[in-house]
Amino acid sequence: MADAALATPLPATAPIRRREGAMVRNLRAVMMVWTRDLIRLKRTPTRIVTGVAQPLLFLFVLGAGLSHLIGKQGAGGVNYQQYLFPGILAMSVLTSSLFSAIAIVWDREFGFMREMLVAPVSRSSLVFGKALGGGSVAVVQGLILVFAAPFVGVSLTVGSFFAMVGFLLLLAFALTSFGIVVASRMQRMESFQMVMALVLQPMIFLSGAIFPLAELPPWLAVVTRLNPATYGIDAIRRVLLPQIAPLTIFGWVVPLWADALITLAFGTAMLTLAVRLFAKTE
Amino acid sequence: MPGAAAPAVEVDSLVKRFGDFAAVDDVSFEVQPGELFGFLGPNGAGKTTTISILCTLLMPTTGVARVAGHDVALEQAAVRESIGLVFQEVTLDDYLTGAENLRFHAVLYGVPPSEVRERARPLLEMVGLSERADQQVRFYSGGMKRRLEIARGLLHAPRVLFLDEPTIGLDPQTRLHIWNYVDSLRTRESTTMFLTTHYMDEAERCDRIAIIDQGRIVAIDTPDALKASIGKDTVTVSTADDGAARDALADGFGLEVELTEDGARFRVTDGEAFVPRMFERLRIGVRSVNVRRPSLDDVFMEYTGHELRDADAGAGEQFRANAMVRGFRRG
Repeated sequence: MADAALATPLPATAPIRRREGAMVRNLRAVMMVWTRDLIRLKRTPTRIVTGVAQPLLFLFVLGAGLSHLIGKQGAGGVNYQQYLFPGILAMSVLTSSLFSAIAIVWDREFGFMREMLVAPVSRSSLVFGKALGGGSVAVVQGLILVFAAPFVGVSLTVGSFFAMVGFLLLLAFALTSFGIVVASRMQRMESFQMVMALVLQPMIFLSGAIFPLAELPPWLAVVTRLNPATYGIDAIRRVLLPQIAPLTIFGWVVPLWADALITLAFGTAMLTLAVRLFAKTE
Repeated sequence: MPGAAAPAVEVDSLVKRFGDFAAVDDVSFEVQPGELFGFLGPNGAGKTTTISILCTLLMPTTGVARVAGHDVALEQAAVRESIGLVFQEVTLDDYLTGAENLRFHAVLYGVPPSEVRERARPLLEMVGLSERADQQVRFYSGGMKRRLEIARGLLHAPRVLFLDEPTIGLDPQTRLHIWNYVDSLRTRESTTMFLTTHYMDEAERCDRIAIIDQGRIVAIDTPDALKASIGKDTVTVSTADDGAARDALADGFGLEVELTEDGARFRVTDGEAFVPRMFERLRIGVRSVNVRRPSLDDVFMEYTGHELRDADAGAGEQFRANAMVRGFRRG
């Protein structure tokens, strides 16, 4: 076999006839990083199962258990399982976005990152591709949960479905960008547990995913309104449950477009920061 | 600009400091196009740092480095286009197939989609992976992964190929295979190769070797010249009467001769030229003569105080590689 290999001509090492320009290359790099995340998701089905299991547990066990205790009044006019449904969608998107982004740390420890970082493409296209990839993966995970909607009495129309997908995308993109920033400050995979405990869980608990944000003690009211995830979740809930009371900040009713704008602004800021953190060469 | 005769790698007074510590301390050297250049040194000597600068993963503190005629600090994209990298750690995506890994690489290096297939096919054939191209890389053996990395490193027709411990941890047969590919590449395509290794036989293959220690180049030359530079060869003569031979050599040439099981042994400059002169004087029946040139191990020991093998890439090397990549966000 070695002899055959030696006899093989090597046109591959001839100069490239028409190398693509920087613009085309960067765009294709964005697509590549994006596609890579989706291919990896497809090839690790256990990840999909794990990603869906926890939200379903919340919805059907915690939700069913607590709905008797809470009643419709406490959940803003809907029963608690209905209230919780948009919450667990968001919870799944949050978890998945952060996981995807933190996979960068994994890449950094085990190599593929280096392949990307030494390539003649801009760091921003790598970061942008990652934000899109992590975001898409998160939305795919979230959409699997939509099948649970009829079982908890949440009805979807074509309009509300697409509005929901739109807000899920926005939230996933923002949270993945945030995750990339977190990942860029992380040294090792070991600090992953720390991120879960100090970032992800507080973010979920303080977002209105699990309990309504009306009539909270003042400090909690302030903290929840400072949480960027709160606005995306509020939007998803209002789209799915139009009868629910909207989010207010000191009595001001936050309009839907403001929810979208705040989430987008947060995502853009995080993405810009992520690009800056990755663009540096020591 | 870079003509045919321009050096493939050109390093001039390169310094890289991390705080007070100079990892690379005023290093200068050149690598000619088509050369197989060995870069040896103990752990922490500045090898990885120098390579990282040449690959644009680190910025020089002062000094200039050019690869394929492009300044590594000012023309990063041009340098990156011109180089291929095969590192000791695997940098493939395990969940992608061999072919997908090549395709993604082609995207990153601006190889147009129309050219990818015709370039990938012969490369996969060369490394014996045509049959496995559509299998996910996580099902590959260590040797297959390394071969795929070599194919990938060549996909964009680099002018300089950096091979950082390309065969470490591989079995002898796979190592031989990889060297066959490397040799055929050199003879056919005259690709410049920049190699680090801890294997003596691989260092021996180099056209020239630079030894770096504590951030400085302590020796740079062909393997033969390096071995000659540390001086004397060891000659062992087995005779009918080794005791008499010892006396004759001591009297006739003023040598310090030691008696061993194998015969009379002494160290002398240019042993091969010495043997005929020895025969002229020595009137004792000679059974065998053995002249041993200094090995590269002797050279390495002489210049760094370490054995080449001792400098094996262990946890330390791995750690620095990670630290280097982490450097991107420390800034």
